[in-house]
Parts: sequence; structure tokens; C-alpha cells
Amino acid sequence: MNAGNVRKVLVIGSGPIVIGQAAEFDYAGTQACKALREEGITSVLVNSNPATIMTDPGVADVVYVEPLTVEVIERIIARERPDGLLPTLGGQTGLNLAVELSDAGVLDRHNVRLLGTPLETIRNAEDRDLFKRLLQSIDEPVPPSGTVQSLAEAQTLRQEIPLPLVIRPAFTLGGTGGGIARTEEEYVRIVERGLQASPIHQVLIERSLEGWKEIEYEVMRDSADTCITVCNMENFDPMGVHTGDSIVVAPSQTLSDKEYQMLRSAALKIIRALRIEGGCNIQLALDPNSSNYYVIEVNPRVSRSSALASKATGYPIARVAAKIAVGRRLDEIANAVTKKTSAAFEPALDYCVVKIPRWPFDKFPSGDHTLGTQMKATGEVMAIDRNFEAALQKAVRSLEIGGRSLAWESPAWRGPVNDRLWDQIERATDVRLWAIMAALRRDVEPVEICRRSGIDPWFVRRLQRLVYMERRLLAESLTPELLREAKRLGFSDVQVGTLADRLPEQVREARDQWNLRPVYKMVDTCAAEFEAATPYFYSTYEEENEALPDTGAAALVIGSGPIRIGQGIEFDYCSVHSAWALQQAGVQSLMVNSNPETVSTDFDTSDRLYFEPLDEESVRDVLENEGLSRTSVITQFGGQTAINLAEPLAHAGATLIGSDVEAIDLAEDRRRFEDFLAHLGIPQPPGGAVTKVEDALVIAENIGYPVLVRPSYVLGGRAMEIVYNADELVRYVTAASDVSQKKPILVDKYLEGREVEVDAICDGDDVLIPGIMEHIERAGVHSGDSIAVYPAQNLSPEQEAALIDYTVRIGRALQVKGLMNVQYVVFQGQVYVLEVNPRASRTVPFLSKVTAIPMVRIATWIALGRSLQAQGYHTGLWPKQSLVAIKAPVFSMAKLVGVDTYLGPEMKSTGEVMGIDRTYLAALTKALLASRASLPKDGNLLLSIADRDKPEALPLIRRLTELGFGLYATAGTARLIEGLGVSVLGVARKLREGHPNVVDLIEQGRVQGVVNTVTGIRTPTQDGYADGFDIRRTATERGIACYTSLDTLRAAIEAIDDSERGYSVVPLVEYLDSVEPATAGDRSSR
Amino acid sequence: MTSRAALVLEDGSIFRGESFGAPIDGEGEVVFNTCMTGYQEIATDPSYGGQIVTLTYPLIGNYGIAHAHEESRRPWIAGLIVREYYADPSNWNSHGALGPFLQRHGIPAFQGIDTRALTRHLRARGTLRAVMVSDAVGIPDAELVARARRVTPLSEKDLVAQATIVKTVEWQVEPASAAGKHVVVVDCGIKENILRSLARRGVRITEVPFTASAADVLALRPDGIVVSNGPGDPARLTDCVATMSALLTSRVPIMGICLGHQILGQALGGTTSRLPFGHHGGNHPVQDTRTGRVHITSQNHEFQVDPDSIDPKTGFYVSQINLNDRSVEGLAHESWPVFSVQYHPEGAPGPQDNQNLFDRFISHCEKAQ
Repeated sequence: MNAGNVRKVLVIGSGPIVIGQAAEFDYAGTQACKALREEGITSVLVNSNPATIMTDPGVADVVYVEPLTVEVIERIIARERPDGLLPTLGGQTGLNLAVELSDAGVLDRHNVRLLGTPLETIRNAEDRDLFKRLLQSIDEPVPPSGTVQSLAEAQTLRQEIPLPLVIRPAFTLGGTGGGIARTEEEYVRIVERGLQASPIHQVLIERSLEGWKEIEYEVMRDSADTCITVCNMENFDPMGVHTGDSIVVAPSQTLSDKEYQMLRSAALKIIRALRIEGGCNIQLALDPNSSNYYVIEVNPRVSRSSALASKATGYPIARVAAKIAVGRRLDEIANAVTKKTSAAFEPALDYCVVKIPRWPFDKFPSGDHTLGTQMKATGEVMAIDRNFEAALQKAVRSLEIGGRSLAWESPAWRGPVNDRLWDQIERATDVRLWAIMAALRRDVEPVEICRRSGIDPWFVRRLQRLVYMERRLLAESLTPELLREAKRLGFSDVQVGTLADRLPEQVREARDQWNLRPVYKMVDTCAAEFEAATPYFYSTYEEENEALPDTGAAALVIGSGPIRIGQGIEFDYCSVHSAWALQQAGVQSLMVNSNPETVSTDFDTSDRLYFEPLDEESVRDVLENEGLSRTSVITQFGGQTAINLAEPLAHAGATLIGSDVEAIDLAEDRRRFEDFLAHLGIPQPPGGAVTKVEDALVIAENIGYPVLVRPSYVLGGRAMEIVYNADELVRYVTAASDVSQKKPILVDKYLEGREVEVDAICDGDDVLIPGIMEHIERAGVHSGDSIAVYPAQNLSPEQEAALIDYTVRIGRALQVKGLMNVQYVVFQGQVYVLEVNPRASRTVPFLSKVTAIPMVRIATWIALGRSLQAQGYHTGLWPKQSLVAIKAPVFSMAKLVGVDTYLGPEMKSTGEVMGIDRTYLAALTKALLASRASLPKDGNLLLSIADRDKPEALPLIRRLTELGFGLYATAGTARLIEGLGVSVLGVARKLREGHPNVVDLIEQGRVQGVVNTVTGIRTPTQDGYADGFDIRRTATERGIACYTSLDTLRAAIEAIDDSERGYSVVPLVEYLDSVEPATAGDRSSR
Repeated sequence: MTSRAALVLEDGSIFRGESFGAPIDGEGEVVFNTCMTGYQEIATDPSYGGQIVTLTYPLIGNYGIAHAHEESRRPWIAGLIVREYYADPSNWNSHGALGPFLQRHGIPAFQGIDTRALTRHLRARGTLRAVMVSDAVGIPDAELVARARRVTPLSEKDLVAQATIVKTVEWQVEPASAAGKHVVVVDCGIKENILRSLARRGVRITEVPFTASAADVLALRPDGIVVSNGPGDPARLTDCVATMSALLTSRVPIMGICLGHQILGQALGGTTSRLPFGHHGGNHPVQDTRTGRVHITSQNHEFQVDPDSIDPKTGFYVSQINLNDRSVEGLAHESWPVFSVQYHPEGAPGPQDNQNLFDRFISHCEKAQ
């Protein structure tokens, strides 16, 4: 294979963000497309996720935002006629699609060659039996195991290998459906679940290696058989916890050179045997008491770990992998960091890197927090420092879990060491790290913690060192020497202040006085052996500063931190575009962020990258290093993370550009905002803020039920509910009082109308509205979980005029300088304002893409002082495009055991897809297809509809029967259906009322879809609710469509009605009326 | 903690830290090594004689020390400089911590130094002479710098004489293989993993001092000869070069490693010179000049064979080059079973990717008869 005969390459993206597949593939795909361009190869990209940089104009040559299905990709191939397909950059999704395309004969039919990793290798790595056989053939050890396709086979195998056993389904993301079985019952349950989760109904059962060290190697190989390892990584958590859910350290810390080289040699042997041309991740288990090891897993593609390894070392794995795939040799590829050496070398680190996963349990406290073989984290943070302790503490600060440092302790651990504390240490959970700290504070011997957790003593002793420092800070008076030592161990000013009884600001002043400031060191791939030009820095308390400030104007873009529900890849998209816009305007762009998965933390996205926690201390340190006078700060693109820093940074003397702190405060302070709107004469739902149950009841009586209740601070609709009566209200307010202690609770009239969302760009005088989006689900479903349609389809001219008028007036009155998002509800013909956010919203990438308006660039330039007029834009709604684009949410609920899946005011989705076409129905069909929310083509449905939804459900039920679906229903719903003169296939009993009950129907595969609506406040104690919960969970875990909103169901029925007509598959630009000059990757103007 | 210890460079720079090794002063030339593991192998590599080694990886001591990691009978480094030393190692194979090990052997070691700043300094200035002063409190800077300037340069020291074995040793290789070939190893300060690598292949080994003459070596009737790595300036080893010249005419297969490679280069009429700051690490890419294939290698050398000094008329050619700086990494003869590498195929520390060179050498030994 050589570069000469590949001219056009199809790159498959990874689709929506789900647990196990996050922003790392946008980073990888973007790098790959740039690399292909450098090689003079035309890239054709397909991805269903609009919130990605890779799908922007200027990154790939031809971009399709279309559903990732075999049918769609075949149509793209037929049209584009690529000669190669690069499937290794789109995660498991890309790899699985490549296999499906090959199996369907598409690749042969169109003469498309698979690049990088041969199909046989994908099968060898993914099929457990083939993998085992291959490894045995090269004398690499694999744990005793077997592959089964039925429970009966599993029972036979069980006789040969003792418990505990690990069960892993084949071909799933992030180990979905797997687990560790310690008892016979668990074994049966997990095997059944795993068989179901696997698309090929196959699970691997193997010896559990709990307590062994888990080590990973990132390996590269080229067509000349040159092999290198980019880095190795050691998991803090021993085997048993999915590597995506493990705290990971790079490089390994407890391995001798002999062990390091033994495993490295094994990794090289494996990549050679697999004949991979590109990158590969190899996971190994090492016995802590001997040099025995097992090979656990191989990912023959770019992965989450490779993104982490790239950021940890500065070695751009995806870029190099793409070049190798088209025939380049490692020694022919330049080292982008040193510019002098080649990609054929192994990075040497002179720092320690710590990654901590970000779990969604702050949003889903009732979910199962146990960590095992099924990944649960939505994102991750990374920190770099010159020792483990400091890197760990910075990573903890980067998590942004309510300012939680390592000093945090659960109230359940109060007092002497108790069982609840030990439970958290023995059973890996999201708070194990904190539990270990708590135990050490209670003088538990490290050896005991190691014995019970399996964690290596080296790590536990590092934590003990932090506890010793805590004690010194408590006991001794703060001297320059003590403070320096504390800073070198990563203690924040806040932590030092708490322990040494000072305010954080006083600690900072002491640091200033004693000249204790962090210096910044470069990530250069070579431990300073060669001169490097990478503008990629981390802070540390050392002697020499390498990030000497430049001259001229600079602006710091504050990123959005780890991917979490409510704050996803959209904000990284905005941060990246802002950095590019700064460069285009001739301003030096500085980026600060803590997320290793993203494009924003690629070292060539900005002029300078600071890999730091997004907290006040770190950002102020960065600003002081760059020079407060020449460096301004942009907080509107990094989601709530960045907005939260606006006030403290302004207070500290930083120059904020864009909307000022006053606008942010006005929008966030409920009472002020109410007055503000009243003053403008703009309606909003009536309501008020309360701190006592009695007051809440009074307000609710006055405005009438149902009411929407929520804490006064809101991120992603956390803890928001709709309540329908006084009982529910009392329960909510009582329960919520410990959610947000003294902060008031907001009680608003719930207007069950059409929700409309407007993004606008304002310079203080003019207000440009790129587009108006309408939600398919009525108000009450979080906007991030709603299907959004551009342009709005159901607004009267008067309503549209009101929306424009209100948005323009709000923008002007708030003096917004940049982006603004307003959420409205249209209720009984009247437009009400629900919420205003003077910052970039989740819909900015989507709207930018479908209107071709470079929203972030315009907003950034406004912040720099260029008016809308000067940029050629005017007040008002931008002309509607003659297309329909629909953004649909994607959920990861199958992986979050114990979490309810119904749509409500609290956001639950992890990602989004876009369906775009000429007509509403075609766009809808594609959006549902891409988000896997389509109705099945035929088969049976289970209906269980709440009483208050029944009248509305009738016409939908009629359509379902007309479409030929067989219906099962719960008793009340069955009566409703029979009232239509339609007979049901069966009445499903409630749980505990005998069989077949609702869950049996799903588990036995007798239904292919579920409709289940809920009312009232949801607590698992309620009987009816409990049934619904089990129905929804079972449907989700079995991977069948589950509609909890009649609006979504209605849309799905409409789409099926239209399915005959089909949909188009064309490049994104062809849908657009007018095309703006390429903005995203176009940096040639610099 | 107070920074009592000082690393003082001849150019006047002073890096202060704390001692964790032997509480004595040390002197030598400061080099940096970029390996992330393998501190014990580095410390016990005789090639480091006369050198103070800075480890660029900041966390040192994590997995303790073990007999399996010894590359010779004792540490040879003149001193060790690290960012952070861990006195509480964790590894099943460890029988102690690094600090006490260095103390036992009288090697000074400092921690708490900004080793990245030091490395950048050495990168810019080149290798420098230095003193390690364990307790520099109260000593004026000028006095410290003056001491550093008095340190004898590496090129003026006879380091091989200290590192070589005193008399010939025959290695008992288990399992003894009757068919095994006999390899004579000329010890210029050998790393034991070279011997282990040979032994694993079933050969009988006789180790001779570097002072052995060609006649001494040939009298042992070797099937092959290995000339080992070792410390110091190769230009001082005129006797060894003469021995090598004589051995070349014998047509016995020869493999030169590191210093052995530099001796071969000189025996061919080539010259050696000093690299700006040496190659010390486990990540150096080396390209085979004929196949284009690249290998990651373990390196530890201050000197190089000058690329243009090898006359093609000798029948030898530059077989491998370093991809980073294009320096000579290997010599081979067009037809004779003689080759040498500048790097360390035995790794320790570093990759084992080039163990096949020992196979090649053994196959030369087998074919030679």
C-alpha cells in the first residue's frame, strides 16, 4: 500500500456522544482529516453529530451529516467513489460499520479498500475466540476463558473455571452489558444481559483478575513494520474496573524497567501479529506478586486511551495513524512538536499525568455507583505536574464536582472508621479516592487499604503523604517553606486556607509576598532533549518558567472542562471556534482547559494551550503569567464552567470581554430577572422564589397547578420537577432543602405549551437572530432532551414577530456582547420567556451548521469590539434556509443501572444527532434513524399510558393499529384500546401480580417497542411508578425503543408514515442556500 | 526541608537540593538520561563511570532495587540527580530502597532539583563538569564554582581500567550446551545483560580484560568475539584499537557494542568525536540504511564515530544511523561477519527490540566454521 494510489478517502465519524464514545473521536477525526489534506488526499467525512469540529467546513473536503447506517454510507460511497475507507477513527461505531459494510458486500461492490487495519484484524481483535487463538499462536498469555452463545453453554463452562468470573459481551461500546459475577445467581443474570447486549449474541467469560495491575500500551506500526510505543499507562484502580472508569496514571509508576519492557515487547509482538497499520491500544494485567501477565484486550483503532496518550505525551496518534493508513512510514512523518525529528521515536515524559473519569452520579444520585466492567463515566479530566500527588490534586479540582477537593468526606463516614467507609473502598465507586483519604485521616494503615482495595501501596502512600501535609497545615504556622511544600503537592489556595485557617485570597497574598508562583513547563515529547516549539504548558511549583509572556494583545478562552450531561462537546466546539476567531483577528489566542478528549486541547488549536483546572486559582495564575494588562478573558463559550468564573475573575482585576458580569447576574438572579422582564413588558410564567414549604403552597395555590419547581441555581435542569398537587409539592420542597441548603426554590406556573428556543448574537445595539428552533416535545421536557426543529414549523407570523421583538429587546436591555440563548414557551397563542442565558448555548454548533452563520466567530469579534454592522450583519431574523434540520437527543441509559429514563425537566441525554433534508418529514426520519428512536418497522408494542394522557393518546393508538402494530397494554390502557374497537394481543399484569407481567413481555422479546408515559413526582416507592420504572429500564437495557412522551411518539409515527418517500443523502453544503466562506479550519488568512 | 546540597556546574550555575545518597561530595561530568524506568540499571552501568547522571523522569525510587536489575557488581555513576526520590518502594521483587543502596556504595545523590531546567541547560551548553556538594551551607558560590572548574575532564581519565575485570573468567552457562559456540568477550566495562543475552542463546562465554592482546583472545579459539561497552573517551584506548585491528585480520566474527563500536571505527582508520550532550535514553530511533526500517534503541554514549571517517575501501559501511541527529549508529562489513552498533541491543534499561542482533552474531559464529 502506498500513498500514491489513494486519492480519496471516506472517514467514518463516531456519531453522537454516548458513554464510552465521547469527544475523543472528534479530536481524532479532525486530526485525521487535516493529515489527509497534508498528504494531498481528498477526504469525505460522514458523521451524524453536528456538534463536532470535524463536520465543519474546512476540516474535511466533503462533509455529510447523515445517519451512520450501511444504507446511507453505501449511498455516499456510490456518489463519491472513494478508493479507501478509514474506519479506525470513528471509535467502535466506525469499526462496526466497516465490518457491516464489508459483510453487506458494499466495499467489494464499489471497489473500496479498507485502510489501516485489515478486516481480518478487526475480527481477530473483536471476536473473543479468534483473539484468544491468535494470541496463543504467538505465545502470549490470555486468561482462561470461553465464549458462549447461550446460557446452557455458559453453565457448562462454569464447571471449568471457578468464580469470580468476568462476563464481556462482544461488539459493544464501553463494555455495555458486562459485569463480574461472584455468585451463581449473578452469573446467570449477567450472562443473559450480556448475550442480549451483544449484536452477535456472544459473551466472553473469563477468569477474574481482580487485584492485578492494569497496564495499557499505545502502540503504532507502519507498513515497513516499524513499531513504536507512544506511552504506557497504569491504572490506579486494579483490574476489575473498566479502564474508562479508572483513575489512570502515565507513565506507569510501579513497574521496573524489566516489567515495563516485558509488557512493551508483548505489545509490539501483538500489533505485528495483528498486522495493524496505524495505532492500537493493548491492555494487559500484571500480577502484583510475580512477573506473570495476561493480555486482556486489544483495540485495533484510535481510542479514548489513545486520545489520552496523545495529550499526555504530545504525540498526535490520530494524525500519525491517518498518515500511516495512506502509506506513509513513521520516519517519513515529521514530529509536529520538535519539527526537527520524525514520528519514529518514543516520547519521553518528564512529568506525571493523572486522568480521573467524570461520572454522572451528581445528576443521578439514585443510580448504581458501583464501578465494574461496564463504563459509566461521561467524560474525563487530565492534569499534569512533576509528581503524582500534585497531578492528582489538580485533576480532582478539574472534575468540578461542586468545588470538591480531596478534603471532601461523605457525611456517612463521620466518626471512626465504619463499614460504610470500608464498603466504598472495597467496592470501587466514584468516591473511592475520597474514601481512602478519609480512612488515612483516621490512621488506617495503608497496607490495610491496599489489602482491601487491591490498589498498589505506592499509590496509597502518596495519598498518605497528602494526609501528612494536611496535618502539618493544621498544626504548624504557615511559613514560606511549608507553603511551598504544600503547593508542590498540589494543594490549592482554598485547601491551604481551610487547613491553615485563612481565606483563599489571604493564601494568595502570602504566595505573592513570598514569591511562590507556579511556573509553566512544556509538554515536548522528549523530556527537553530537543528544542521544541509546542505551545503546550502545565503549571508546577519549580524554578524555571518556560511560558514567558509574549507581547501584543492576547485573549484567554476558558474551556468547558469534562464532558458531562448538560455540558457536552458543544462548548468545546465553541471554545475552538473562538480561539480560531481570535487568531483571524490578529489576537494571540490562549486556551485553558482540563479535558484531554477534546479538539480545544489539541496543541495546535490555539497559540498557547494551558492544561489546567478550570478554577479561579489556576485561571488567575495563567492570567498573571501572561500579563493581566495585555490579556483579556472570554467566558461565554465554555458553558456554565466558564460563566461561573466570570465574577471572581472580574473581581480579581481581569479584563472580561463580551457580556459583562452584570448581564450574567441579572439573568441568573431570579428576582432581578423577574423585575427586568416586567420592566420591559415581556411576559413570563407567574411564580416566585421560596425557602419554606408554606410559602411554596401559597404561591402554587395562587398560580394554579401544575407548577415547575427547581433550585434557584440550575445546570442541565438538575433537580427540576413538574408537580401536579400539594402533596407532591410538599415532598419536593422537603427533599430539595438539602439539595441547595439556603438557596431558594423556584416555583413557576407550568405552561404546557410549545417550547421555542432562540439563539442570538448581540453587540449591545444590534441583535442578529440566526434562527428560531421549535421543540417537538412540549415544555416540561428539558430543552437538551427535546427534539429541536429548525426552522420552526408551527409558529404564526404574530408569534414569530413577538419572538424576534422580545429577543431583540432582551439582548439590548441586557447589553449582551456576544451570544445569547432565550427559551420561550408558546401557550394558548401567547409567547412567554422561560430563561435567558447570556452565553453560548448547546444549539450553537447545530444552528451555525444549518444557517452557515459563523456564530462563534461573530460573537468573538464583537467581544473584540467589532460591531455586527462592521461584520456585515443587521438586527433581525436571518433569512430562513429552505431546508429542515432536526436535532435529536441520544441517551446512554443502558449503561446507567438504576437511573430512570423518562423525559422530564432534568436533562439526561449525553449527545445529539442531526437529521437534515429538504422536507420536515425526511429530516425527522433521519434524525430518528440516527438517534435510534424510530419505531420498529413492524411487530408488537407495549402501551402503558397515564390517565391524564389517555385522551391525547387515542388518535395515536388508532394510527399504530392502522400501521399494523400488534398491541399489548396494561389493564387501563387496554380498556382504552378496546374502546376503539381494537383488540389487544394481551393484557400485561403489573409486577407482583403474576405472569406474564410487563417486564416479562419485554424480556421475552414479545414486544419491539414501548410507550410509557408518567405523571406526578417520581419516587421509586410509589407502586405505579415502580412498574413504570421497571418497564422503562427493561426496555432500555434490551435496546428497544421506549417513548415516554406522546410528542416523541407522534413524531415517530409521522416519520413512519413518510418512510415510503425516502430521504436524500447529499453533502451538507448542498442543503444550504447560501454558503459563507469556509470558516472553521480555514486559518490560511493568518 | 532546607536545600543544603548543591550541584555546581563549571559555567557557574548552581542547582540546590537535598541529599538522599551518600553524605559525601562527588565530581564528574553531568549528563542527562531520558529513560522513564531503569534507574538501577543506569546506576550500575560501568559506561557511566566519571559521570553525574540527571534523570529527566521526575519520580525515582518507586519500585526499589532488586538483584535482577544490577548491570554490574556496583554502581559506577559519580552521582545521581533527581527531581523527587521515593524512599518507600513498592514492587514484589524489591529488596530495598535506592537511597540506602547508593549510600552503601558511597554514591552521592540529590533530589529536589528542577531537573528539567538542568536538562535544558545541558542541552544548550553541552555536557559540563560539576561538583556535588552534600552540605554547601556557608560555602561561597565562587568557591563552589572554582571547585567545579578543577574537576578532571572525562577525556583525561582512564576509566576502562577501573571497570574491566581483572582476570579472565569462564562463564558457566546453564544449561551447558555442548554444541554451543565459544564467545570471547572483551570487557571494557561490560553490562551484564550482554552476557545474559549471549548466555540465553546457549554459548560458552569467556570474559577477558580489555588489556588482553589479540593473541590472548585468539588463543582461546573463539567462534566469535564481542567487544563490550565501557566508559570514557575512546580515543584514549590505542591499545584496544590495535588489538581490534589484529582481530579483524583473523576473520573471526566480531560484534562491537557502544565503546566496542567506537574501537572498531578507529581500527578501520576512523576518528571519534564528542557529541554536544551525548545520547542517554531508551527512545532513540535508529534507521537501517539499507532496509529503511527503524528500531527504537537504548543508548548511552558521549562519543561518536565520525560519519565521513570510514573509508569505503575498508569494505565497511555505515549500516545504521540515528534519525534524530543522523549520527553513526552501526558499522558493518560488506562480506565479513563483522558488525558493530553504537547503541545497546541488550537494553537494560530500555527496549529489547534489538535482541535479534545477538542472534545475528551467533549465526555468524555458526557459519564461520
